[in-house]
Amino acid sequence: MMKVSRRGFLKATGLVVIGLVAKPLFDTLSRLELPQLSARLGTLTGKRLAMVINLKACLAKDGCSDCIEACHRIHNVPDFGNPKDEIKWLRTVPYEDAFPELKHEFIAKGLKGLPTLVLCNHCANPPCVQVCPTGATWKREDGIVMQDYHRCIGCRYCIAACPYGSRSFNWRDPVPFIKEINFGFPIRTRGVVEKCNFCEERLAKGLPPACVEACWEKKVLIFGNLEDPNSNIREILHLHYSLQRKPYLGTNPQVYYIIT
Amino acid sequence: MYDADKIITGLIIFLCLITFPIYYNIATGKAAYRPEPKIVTEEKQCVESKGYMRAKHMDLLEEWRESVVREGKRVYVASDGKQYTMSLVDTCMRCHWNKAEFCDLCHNYVGIRLNCWSCHTLPKRD
Repeated sequence: MMKVSRRGFLKATGLVVIGLVAKPLFDTLSRLELPQLSARLGTLTGKRLAMVINLKACLAKDGCSDCIEACHRIHNVPDFGNPKDEIKWLRTVPYEDAFPELKHEFIAKGLKGLPTLVLCNHCANPPCVQVCPTGATWKREDGIVMQDYHRCIGCRYCIAACPYGSRSFNWRDPVPFIKEINFGFPIRTRGVVEKCNFCEERLAKGLPPACVEACWEKKVLIFGNLEDPNSNIREILHLHYSLQRKPYLGTNPQVYYIIT
Repeated sequence: MYDADKIITGLIIFLCLITFPIYYNIATGKAAYRPEPKIVTEEKQCVESKGYMRAKHMDLLEEWRESVVREGKRVYVASDGKQYTMSLVDTCMRCHWNKAEFCDLCHNYVGIRLNCWSCHTLPKRD
């Protein structure tokens, strides 16, 4: 057997390391464009869709439900008529339930019990995505938390993970409880989870989300791209004091509320 | 083998008898019921060629599904360069709206059960 000296061994090892590292190092150093960061890592590539809800301007307190009706009609959301089976896309809850950490004894008169629109927050750090075992829910590059009904196995981990109750399970066949079926959007079956999708199918056609369109004149709902510094939504967030739901959980919701 | 010629003759007769229905059907031309899906559209050309669609429509549809749902890409560029919106209900079924006489005819024949239609729905049409 050939004798290898310690010095000879170290030399050979050094050569091998140089051989392995040279190509990747050259590729990295010679690259001209900057690395693109992915939305999944918490940084976005140029689009970050978000919504602002102007609570004081919202007429839900006077019984207006235009946005909810538009959303539910377009997305074939069934109405089971009981809260246990309810499928939740867009709905109202009392202000102190939407923001439980802001609840106290002397809450402002106008805010106490104020019907507050709630929907999927399309969190920048969505816990539902982390727990989904099949990849049926994921975060798109533009920030939308998507749900693929084809891959959903109905395990309901995401429902447990979502701190906002934005996800619902189809315990029963929803079809008999849909008032009028919109053939342009799929219905769901028993055994899948569903939630608000920020109207991604409408955005793809260049249309605003259905709720925003239904409330176009009142300007209660403002939808836009937070990455664009000149966007309307950025200006509104710049000018107003805004709230997120349960921000201390670290989910970074992309639905903002203004109450002034 | 004892009585080999008898056994072999017997086997041949047995095989002839048991396969007789097949030959009979071929000879009389009843052979084989073939499902003939009806094409009701005025359009001359499907997204891809007829042969390709016959053999690969399921792969194409799956590709469309993954592309639209997972990647958000909704335009299909066919091999002839034409562009189509990738949509089962809006694109495929616009021409092939007679699902019962088109999709179901073959799928029932070969015993395939699909679950497309538990969520994708079609308006009633005569």
